[in-house]
Amino acid sequence: MNQSFLDYYNLEPLLVRIHEALCSVMPEWLALTLEGVVVGVIIIALYAVLAIVLIYMERKVCAAFQCRIGPNRVGGKGGTLQVFADVLKILTKEIIALKNSDKFLYNLAPYLVILASFLTFSCLPWNNGAQILHMNIGIFFVLAASSIGILGILLAGWGSNSKYTLIGAVRSGAMLISYELSIGITVLSMVVMSGTMDIHGIVMSQADGWNIFKGHIPAIAAFVVFLIAGNAEANRGPFDLAEAEQELTAGYHTEYSGMHFGFFYLAEYLNLFITSGIAATLFLGGWMPLHIAGLDGFNAVMDYIPGIVWFMGKTFLVVFLLMWVRWTFPRLRIDQVLTFEWKYLMPLALVILIVMTVCKVYGLVF
Amino acid sequence: MEINLQEIVFYVVAAFIAVCSVLAVTTGRLLRAATYLLFVLFGTAAIYGLLGYTFLGAVQLMVYAGGIVVLYVFSILLTRSDKDMRDKISKPKLVSVVLTTLVGCALILFLIFTNGFVLDAIPQGVELNVKEIGMALIGGDKYEYVLPFELLSVLLLACMIGGVLIARKR
Repeated sequence: MNQSFLDYYNLEPLLVRIHEALCSVMPEWLALTLEGVVVGVIIIALYAVLAIVLIYMERKVCAAFQCRIGPNRVGGKGGTLQVFADVLKILTKEIIALKNSDKFLYNLAPYLVILASFLTFSCLPWNNGAQILHMNIGIFFVLAASSIGILGILLAGWGSNSKYTLIGAVRSGAMLISYELSIGITVLSMVVMSGTMDIHGIVMSQADGWNIFKGHIPAIAAFVVFLIAGNAEANRGPFDLAEAEQELTAGYHTEYSGMHFGFFYLAEYLNLFITSGIAATLFLGGWMPLHIAGLDGFNAVMDYIPGIVWFMGKTFLVVFLLMWVRWTFPRLRIDQVLTFEWKYLMPLALVILIVMTVCKVYGLVF
Repeated sequence: MEINLQEIVFYVVAAFIAVCSVLAVTTGRLLRAATYLLFVLFGTAAIYGLLGYTFLGAVQLMVYAGGIVVLYVFSILLTRSDKDMRDKISKPKLVSVVLTTLVGCALILFLIFTNGFVLDAIPQGVELNVKEIGMALIGGDKYEYVLPFELLSVLLLACMIGGVLIARKR
């Protein structure tokens, strides 16, 4: 099959040229440091912008499912400036210090949560040649880094020294640890299918068809399990026990104010985006264009759409799916959540892993 | 002496690990000690990453930072035992602690100075392939580890059965 379309929007030659140009005027370590700083600033900026987009999208999607209009006053038609106004407002709020709490842990917790979120965010494959943290165990690193966030939540619950936050933290800790298993096993079954853990490699292996088509039944089942478990990992949807407004005021971040609360809020939305991005990478081909066998003209047109557009499009499609779920289903109780994971979801994930391995060994996947 | 970027990062991370280890044992509160331990584990993972052992670094993050420390914190939260634990240490105990520390220091310094640092033992910037690690873990030849791998799984199974036995309702 002709694979020349992979190079249309490849950023690697451009980045290599920039690196060489920098190295010709300064020592290499300085060039590397400078590039690191620039990339870091880009990540942070992208993170903030995406959070604003996602919050606006959530409010509009939520409104649509509840037959409302949603924000529509600030910034002309559609209330596009509403979220910017909210962000400015939260930036001006005071960060409160609590009496009788462990100040160090209280102040540390939001940074742990946001650190986990940043680390996984940097692993997403934005475009050909635009992967930021690229290592040959990529997807495993994503799983490992995302487990740091749990600690942030537990410490936040403890550090606030309040019963609501403690209950919220212990609940969500138990839930996150449980659902991590399902995520890990489904990711493992897709690793079996792609034959590599490298995120770039996983995307490249889908050049001749997305995994969800190549892996047919086990891949579709894995996709569903991944979405359910991913929704739980992002603390959303029917699994938002950690917050559970009606019972626990706001769960583990009840006592936080100002930008510390903002960090939890940002991390929640970006974790939604990251879960969707990983789902898009594993199952929907990352930045790979859609190809339909036989329709050469259609395929050629698809190839001219840049990878970043494909990646964003797929990710926001999955984000929309998850928001749909969130505003449709009522919240589960904690025992229901744990029963669901340990008695149904994880055994199902194990069966999927076995079926996928058998299919791969006997060549039943395409 | 020429210092490259990798060495600078190494010294920064090493200092970070040393400071956090000392803080982990000197702090009076259990939960803070667990948090400093977490930082030590982060630092160790960073050093693995620096050496190109990204797999080991990710395992370090996943098993220790994401697993063990979470369990520590969980058990501290559930048992509410986060009181100030700074006890008075009796004199004979203090003397024996200092003596043990000195002997340990002497042993490690002796080992380091007789053997010296091995420079460039690891090819810089080369990542170990996951396939090789997997083959080594389940291979039966020399320098391959199928027996310890399986033995560990038996050990974990025993722990799990023990846990269920202790927790079950009578």
